[in-house]
Order: sequence, then C-alpha cells, then structure tokens
Amino acid sequence: MDQLFDVSLFAAALRMVAPILLAALGGAICARVGLFNVGLEGLILIGAFSAILGNYLTGSIAVAILFAMGFSLLFSLLLAYMSINLQANVIIVGIALNFLAAGLTTFALRAIFNVKGAYYDKDMKGLPKLDIPVLKDIPWLGDVLSGQSILVYAAIVIVIVLQFYLFRTVSGFRLLAAGENPVASRSLGLNVKKIQYAAVLISGALCGLAGAQLSLGNVTMFTEGMTNGRGFIALVATMLGQSNPIGVAGASMLFGFMEALSYRLQNFSVPSNITAMLPFVVTIIAMIFFKSSGYKNEAKKSSGSSR
Amino acid sequence: MLLEMDSITKSYGLVRANQNVNFNLRKGEVHALIGENGAGKTTLMRILYGMESPTSGQIKIDGKPVTFHDPTDAIKHKIGMVHQHFMLFPAFSIAENIVIGGEPKKGIVFDRKQAIEQTIALSEQYGMPVDPKKKVADCSLGMQQRVEILKVLYQGAETIILDEPTGVLTPLEVKELLASIKALTAKGKSFIIISHKLSEIMEVSDRITVLRDGVVTGTVNASETNEEQLSRMMVGRELIKLERSEAKIGKPVLELNDVTIVGNKTKPLLEDVQFNVHEGEIVGVAGISGNGQSELLQAISGLMPIDRGTIALQEKNITGASVKMIRESGLAHIPEDRYLWGVSKEATVSDNGIMGHLSRTSKRGMLDGKAIRTLVSGWVERFGIKTGSLHTKAQYLSGGNLQKLIVAREIAQQTPFLIAAEPTRGVDVGAMEIIHGELLKRRDEGAAILLVSSELTEIMKLSDRILVMYEGKVVGELDAATATEEQISLLMAGGKAVGQA
Repeated sequence: MDQLFDVSLFAAALRMVAPILLAALGGAICARVGLFNVGLEGLILIGAFSAILGNYLTGSIAVAILFAMGFSLLFSLLLAYMSINLQANVIIVGIALNFLAAGLTTFALRAIFNVKGAYYDKDMKGLPKLDIPVLKDIPWLGDVLSGQSILVYAAIVIVIVLQFYLFRTVSGFRLLAAGENPVASRSLGLNVKKIQYAAVLISGALCGLAGAQLSLGNVTMFTEGMTNGRGFIALVATMLGQSNPIGVAGASMLFGFMEALSYRLQNFSVPSNITAMLPFVVTIIAMIFFKSSGYKNEAKKSSGSSR
Repeated sequence: MLLEMDSITKSYGLVRANQNVNFNLRKGEVHALIGENGAGKTTLMRILYGMESPTSGQIKIDGKPVTFHDPTDAIKHKIGMVHQHFMLFPAFSIAENIVIGGEPKKGIVFDRKQAIEQTIALSEQYGMPVDPKKKVADCSLGMQQRVEILKVLYQGAETIILDEPTGVLTPLEVKELLASIKALTAKGKSFIIISHKLSEIMEVSDRITVLRDGVVTGTVNASETNEEQLSRMMVGRELIKLERSEAKIGKPVLELNDVTIVGNKTKPLLEDVQFNVHEGEIVGVAGISGNGQSELLQAISGLMPIDRGTIALQEKNITGASVKMIRESGLAHIPEDRYLWGVSKEATVSDNGIMGHLSRTSKRGMLDGKAIRTLVSGWVERFGIKTGSLHTKAQYLSGGNLQKLIVAREIAQQTPFLIAAEPTRGVDVGAMEIIHGELLKRRDEGAAILLVSSELTEIMKLSDRILVMYEGKVVGELDAATATEEQISLLMAGGKAVGQA
C-alpha cells in the first residue's frame, strides 16, 4: 500500500488535474451564461496541437502557450458565432467542433510534421517546472506541490480569480444574471450576447492552456486524439462542481487523482485496459450521484423567458 | 402634462395595432388603459417603454419631444415598466434583484452590503416591506411584484407602467397592491395601468382610456363612469345579461369519497374530500390558490395518485386509473395552467385543436385534413379566436385567444363531466361572456361541471353550489343562490362556517 500511495502518485495527480481543471473552469463559465459547452474536448485538442506547433516553429515556450490559447480562442469564436448569432443548438455545435478538431489536428499533423499518429522531437523543451522556495523544503508536501509546471500553478490561481470574479464583482454578477434570466437581463439593457461571447472566449482560452499542459507539461509530444476523453471528464467536473470554481476544482482533483491512480495500478500488474477505465467508472458513479438536477435547468434557461 | 403620446400609429405590415392614439398622463395620477385582448394596449406601452418604435406619432415628456430606441432611454427619462411576466432572477436575493443594472460598487467589487442598506431604505421610504436577503424564488407572486415595483423605483422612475398587475395575485395581494399604488401617487409618482379587471380599475384610477381595435374609443374620469359603460366602450356593443335557467339536477356523475393525498409536508395536500357533482349543475370550488384546488383537479383527472379514498365517474370506479381511461370514461378538462397542461406551444392551432379528438379527425390511422379544418375553423369562428391561420403556432396566440381554443376543444368533447379550472384567466370581457355562456349551455344540456376559479365573481355568477377549500379540506358548502361574498371570503381565509347550506 505504501508503494501504491507514495509521494510521486500525488505529484502525478496534481499534474493530471491541471488540464481537466482548466477546461472544467471554461465549461463552468459557459454553463453560467446558459451555454452548455460540449466542445471542451475539441478545444483542448486544438490547444495541445497548437502548443506543439508554436514550440516547433519558434522554440519558445511563451509562444507555444500563446499559440495554444490563440487557436483555441479562434475555434471557440466559431462556437460562439454559431450558437449565439446563428442560434444553432449549442450541443450540436459542440459535438461538431469535437469532430472538426479531431480531423483537423490529424490532418495538420501529416501536412505540417509529415508524421502519422504522433509527433515527438527529443530536443523540444516542455513547460518549465517551478521550484517554490520554502515550500519545496517541507517534507512530503514540498515533493507533491513544488516542481510542477507553471500551468499547474496558473490553474490554481485561475480558480481563485474566477471565484472572486463571479461572486464578488459587478461584472461577474451581471454574467450570472445573463445566464439566470436572459430576457430580464435584456430588459435591463444588459448586453447578453456580449456577455455570452466573453464567456465562450474565456473558455476557449482556458481550454488552450489545458491543451498546452497536456502536450508540453505532462509529456512533450502530440498524438492523435491525445485528449482521450478529458474534455468530457472536465464537463462532468463542471456539473459535479455545480459550476462553482472551487467546487469544480474539487471535482477535478477527484478525476485527476483517479487518472494518476490508473497509471500507477499498471505497475501492480493490473491489466492496463482495466485501469484505463478507472476515471470513466468514477465519472459514471459521479453522474449517478449528480442526477439531473442542475444541467437540465441550465439548458432550459438559455432559451427561457421569465414565465 | 408629465407625458404625452400624440397620434401614435403602429403598423405591422397591414395590421394596425395602434391608430392615431392620443394618450397623456398628469403627475400623481393613475391612468388606466383598458381594452380587450389584442386591442393594442401592450403595443402602446411597449412603444412608450422603448421596446418598439412607432410608425408615426410623437412622444413628449414635460412638453419636450423624445425618441426612445430601447428601454434604457425610457429609464433615463424616468419611465419604468413592470411586465406581465415578471423580469426577475429567481436565484438572486431581493436586494440583488432591485439594484441590478445600477449596482453599488467599491472599485470593481459589487458592494452587497450597501445594496441591502439601499433596499431597506427604499422599502421604508415607500412603505413596501421586503426581506432584502431572501431569494426571489422563495417569494410569493405578490412579493415578487413588490420587488419589481421597488426595482423600478430604484432605477429612478417617476412614471410606472404596470401591465396586467393583478392577474396572478391573490385577492389579499391585490388589495395590498392597490394600497401601494395609492400611497405612491401620494408621494408624487404617476401610474399607467393596463388591465381588463374593471372593478380594480374603478377603485384605483383617476382617468380611464379605452382602446378597441387599436383606436381610442374614449377617455373618461373614473368618477363619472361605471363598469357597464366601460364594457360597452371596450366591446363596442351591449353585453348580454347571462340568463340562467333553473338547474335540472340529475343523478350524480362524479363522486368523491374521503379522497386524501398525504404529500410530504406536515399537512396533507388533500384531506377527506367528499362531494358529488350531478348532471345539470355547476359546482364551484372557491379558495385562495394553493389550498388544494390543483391537487384536487389532478387527483380527479388521474394526474396525481391519491393515498386514500375513492373517485367514481359515471358510477365507474376510476381510482388509480390512467388519464386515458378516465378521459374515455367521460371527462374533459380545461386545465388551470394552459401552457403546462393545455397546449403544446410549438404545435399549430389545428394540431392543438385536435388533441383528444383524434377518433373524429382520422380514418384508419391517417389524419383527415378536411375533417380537421371543418372542426377547428368552426371553433375559431364561434369563439372569435384571433389567429393568423390554423397553421399558426400556438405560442404566437395571445393568452386569451389560446384559452378560447382550449375551452372550445374541451367543451366540444361533449363529455358528461367537465372540469373548468380558471376558464377565463387572462381573457377579456367579450371572451369571458362567450366562455361563460358556453359553460352554462353545457350545464343546461345536462353535463356536470366542476368549476375552480380564484375569481369569486366568476364562482358566484356560474355556480349552482359552492364548495370552499382551505388547507386541503372542503370547509364549507353553500347554496349559490343565497351565499354572499363575505361568507365565502371568511371561509376562504379559514374562518368558521356561518349559516351553512
């Protein structure tokens, strides 16, 4: 048991949490304006690929992160335009976006890198790891928390910023209002469309960061479909956390830990096909507890009046 | 003049919703705007609130011409509107709902503490008490309306437009609202009230403007008119006095025995309800809404299971039977919530019309277009349902016209038993006259009718017998011929029965 639950498991868990958490926060902010963003998976994939592309073209980590955010933002703009301006069903647009991302990244992988399946360059640098002074010297805790990639810390900061933004600021209050009752918000002269656009774009940027952590933090390579369902797990984390940043963080931790555990169990001669199911089994169990309460209401609100 | 609307015309294509309408408002006055559904009242007010722009005509405030592009312009000119369907955020607190759009802040931070203080100050200033921290979702409709009015006052409104303000309120809440309106006018606020409840209008307003088919048929002082004159101006003809013949009571059609629904609250939703409805009579159920009337109707129509007791229809035990079986046994149902139970908003007028009439409108599993058209267009004509065509979606009909469609459909079932729940909610006097006439006609044909209404006048006018419900129990049964409004009101409020029939 000691071997199973050792320090490196928890350090790995934190690493695994970051992409799920970043994307789930994006999902949460969309849910808060009444748009249920199922395109997270695709947006992360685009981010992951763009990060590698930026890195490949310039060799700079900063540019890689900007690439990831920029391209995911661009695709989220597509989602926003289709669902807000053209009034297309946001779930369908999200699903379409996922397929688009899968196809496009596979195609670009061949067109740009001239490889099939995966691109890997041993000279490519991953995200820098931060050693946090003082903290790193604390036994156990230091080993878990210190020495993570910058995006892991960014994710934690973003949780706090979002929590503050949504529940303390005037602008956040109006964002919540736009999701709560769009018709009433419009009658007050609030620009609901603008607020919805902002939320979708923020979620795009966050998914870009999630992708960068995936392709440059956890590993330094891109493989086709490397998101492997994380966007959907993030979606569950959004719902489980009731679209509250702190709640979402808690839910993401659970899923990240399960993912780390599933890798670890493979070292204990549990077949990898079985362990790979672990995060998804937990997801299903989580869904049973979550039932239908929140999300259906969210979906209703987006089209609803105050009647 | 505080506000003038000069020869306003609004056309939608060929339809003229308003035609050369003149309307004005003095400071501190209550000016009512009345008319039938579709007469153009709401259109005129939407123009004043900047939600629509007039095709021609001019709005003046304090004598100066103004143009409104959206509600924010109207709000800037101190005009506020409380919509018929409230524009509130159920998950937010009362204080948050009141200050939204003009939140007090410290830097970028929303100062909720100050919002609460401002709400308290405002509610004390105007004598409209609210609990600022309470969630709107937990408030009664009367309280929600108070929040709406405070919100408009917070936005700095001097002129307040109320669109059908009493439609959803209980009689007590209506009294409170009318008192608030009087108190606010004493403080110099001015009101425009859209309504078709003449008694309330007569009580609260100074002047009354009547619209018919988009044209003003007159502006009168409330002190110099009466309800009959107003009805004539609204409908454009004399209203026919309802002739009711002597009830010819036959055998019992619906029999309820000790019907009880326990529910999960401390008090049962329905407790030992026992009564019969006979052929040829209308039994009215009075009560403040939420005292078990909805549960009673759902129990009878099979939408809600009962825990104890029996229900029989046409001498057949229908306790626990399916809705389909109960309907086939002879029940038609004008439901209380037309959008929830009555229609599919997305479906067309003709599709909604044939619901429950499929055996008459289909042959060998295929719909019979000709039969459908004959059936539904017959109703449209007889009830004067205003609809673009039979293929218009139900959601584009006004509430009153939709109600007429439902009433027509259910009466046409020609069943021995009919439930009429709030049959005239939100409909104008002309339509009310038609619906009441049709219900009485069914009674004279020998049908048993159970009427549930929150309008006491409607209960008194139509019923042969009146049951009063209070906290899930039938607390009184009165003969409609001798019952007085005071007697019923007392029972509705939970008082002891005096002089039971």
